[in-house]
Amino acid sequence: MSFLPMPFHSLLLFVVWLLLNSSISPGHILLAAFFAISIPLLVNSMRNEQPKIKKPWLAIRYFFMVLKDILVANIQVAVLVLGPIKNLNPGFVAIPLDITSDVGITLLASTVSLTPGTVSVEISEDKQWLYVHALHLDNEQDLIDEIKQRYERPIKEILGC
Amino acid sequence: MSFYTELLITVLLVIGGVFLLVGSIGLARLPDIFTRLHGPTKATTLGITGILLSSLIYQTITQSRFSVSELLITLFLLITAPVAANMIAKTALHRDNPAIPRTTGQSLMSKIRTRQPADAQEED
Repeated sequence: MSFLPMPFHSLLLFVVWLLLNSSISPGHILLAAFFAISIPLLVNSMRNEQPKIKKPWLAIRYFFMVLKDILVANIQVAVLVLGPIKNLNPGFVAIPLDITSDVGITLLASTVSLTPGTVSVEISEDKQWLYVHALHLDNEQDLIDEIKQRYERPIKEILGC
Repeated sequence: MSFYTELLITVLLVIGGVFLLVGSIGLARLPDIFTRLHGPTKATTLGITGILLSSLIYQTITQSRFSVSELLITLFLLITAPVAANMIAKTALHRDNPAIPRTTGQSLMSKIRTRQPADAQEED
């Protein structure tokens, strides 16, 4: 076992600790260094190998696209919530998945929960289907196509799997 | 503080407050647990983000140093909100909480509960 099994995570912990305390006093640097070294040592054995980000620029673009979609989603949901409730057509939808990696599925499910009118509910045991609940459903196929085109494809490209 | 920074902070506070209010109204008005989930996962996330951004601007200007803890809180919120919603939805399904009758795709609910694939044959 090496001294720093997860160098990137160590750096991240170090920086985040200092940022959270907004201080670079020697005490905080010492504490940050302690956490940056000890936490990775403790959790390293629980880690399983995950795919690396293949296209960082695409990942950054994806992040901002999702931020914009969150904004749009909020306005849409606000209109739906304040409008007449009896016009809502909620529904459960099964979305076939092409992504296979756990990280990819987690990212997709989280994105789906944060964006227009959908919350991810469950993933089938064989990881082939993502079940979502939609607040208002006009056309099931449109929703499936939108999620696959807009979110699943870039995630697949970013992770390269 | 100049008039325009005060205006910006105020606008962000109002936007944040409005979205938090809408999320809460959604929680009160929507008919079943699955639709109610949509309020807190979206509206509240943006509402809190608006208020944290105004705090960030205020702190950065009054203390004349960049305050990042607000950005970190926003990031943590964006990571945890979907997970919480997911767990609530799962629990609701396992407790057989009913969806309102006009919900489409209710035949999927038993498959979701047992985590079967959507194209699996119905068991008798």
